[in-house]
Amino acid sequence: MTTQPVSGAALNPRLQEIADDFNAMPDRDRLQLLLELSRELPALPERYADHRDLLEPVPECQTPLFLAVEVEPDSTVRLFFDAPQEAPTTRGFAAILHAGLDGLPADEVLATPAEFTGQLGLQDLVSPLRLRGMAAMLARIKRQIRDQRG
Amino acid sequence: MALAYDSAAKFGDYAHPERIVTTEWVAAHLDDPGLVVAESDEDVLLYETGHVPGAVKLDWHTELNDPVTRDYVDGAGFARLMSSKGITRDTTLVLYGDKNNWWAAYALWVCSLFGHPDVRLMDGGRAKWIAEGRPLSTDTPKPDPVEYPVVERDDQHIRAFKDQVLAHLGQPMIDVRSPGEYSGELLHMPDYPQEGALRGGHIPGAKSVPWARAAAEDATFRTRAELEAIYQGEAGLSPDDDVVVYCRIGERSSHTWFVLHHLLGYPHVRNYDGSWTEWGNSVRVPITRGTSP
Repeated sequence: MTTQPVSGAALNPRLQEIADDFNAMPDRDRLQLLLELSRELPALPERYADHRDLLEPVPECQTPLFLAVEVEPDSTVRLFFDAPQEAPTTRGFAAILHAGLDGLPADEVLATPAEFTGQLGLQDLVSPLRLRGMAAMLARIKRQIRDQRG
Repeated sequence: MALAYDSAAKFGDYAHPERIVTTEWVAAHLDDPGLVVAESDEDVLLYETGHVPGAVKLDWHTELNDPVTRDYVDGAGFARLMSSKGITRDTTLVLYGDKNNWWAAYALWVCSLFGHPDVRLMDGGRAKWIAEGRPLSTDTPKPDPVEYPVVERDDQHIRAFKDQVLAHLGQPMIDVRSPGEYSGELLHMPDYPQEGALRGGHIPGAKSVPWARAAAEDATFRTRAELEAIYQGEAGLSPDDDVVVYCRIGERSSHTWFVLHHLLGYPHVRNYDGSWTEWGNSVRVPITRGTSP
């Protein structure tokens, strides 16, 4: 049984584990965890690194963030993110989505509740305004999945 | 007691050279008693990745804002905040940050609402400090709380509210947002989750001068002559104008406020912090679309 500051629809087990990790920590350590996650964001594969025009910009993030979504024939979702090193918060948000959603079936990604960003225990440390950037990334990921499935 | 001012030649041309210091000055004075250096960034984690040694963190979102009302902290809240950072009323406070000192200028403006006597910006901010290969530290200072008096916030002189802006229509105003936000086209991208404002465009009469034009490539402020060419030459302002500046939430316009008030010496400049997120959501306020004021 975990206590969540914002209740919502159930998260997939991987996202839930990330949320639990954050909520189990004292405030001070949560920013450090976000920083560690930001360092684990995978680099773009060559096919995107050489063709950044294929990435979708997410202007709701105050810092430039770009993402690409691929839905494989078996419906597995692959996520790719690009954000500058000097934007660790944005990278951290992207890393949470990557760790929590990459490789899942499309339906599971689509089932991720939009309000899950409020379940990470970061509102007071990061601010709701900044967290909107992560919600916008998720919204765009979902839209791309729907577009690609037709 | 205030530390000596930075006598860098470029600053001598500015109206208030006592409001700005170079990275060299900061490096030379880091250990001086009476100085606190504070980093204020857009990115809430950037400080944690490494900062000017000894600098404290000052976050606009989580520390300078009231958590409930859309407003800044009050006098007691500001006193608590300053105290917790080791800042007394006599401290020379030097602010710096990312993005051409965008958020550092915002923090400076908020400190000015409380009349903190000696607050300065480090020209070029975080980017210049790093570009020059100066040291960074991940040690977070834990200052002992100090005495900071409760000073009432003064919203009269450098802050403007919506009703005042309505009464100001027809007088000089600068919109510092991007050209797309100014013209209103940015609210018309199809299928994109837009946040912030229901209507796009700008306040009638406001001229467009995107805030970052005041910064050079290396994030330092442009020279006084260059700034005069932009704000007086192109935008037609005069030093004795009563000017209102705005953006989306008042952060980018704090940068322009700093330029007009401290670097060019305009005595009457107010930052409308409600900005477009208030104006573009307000019922029956006038709005102009397109690229003309």
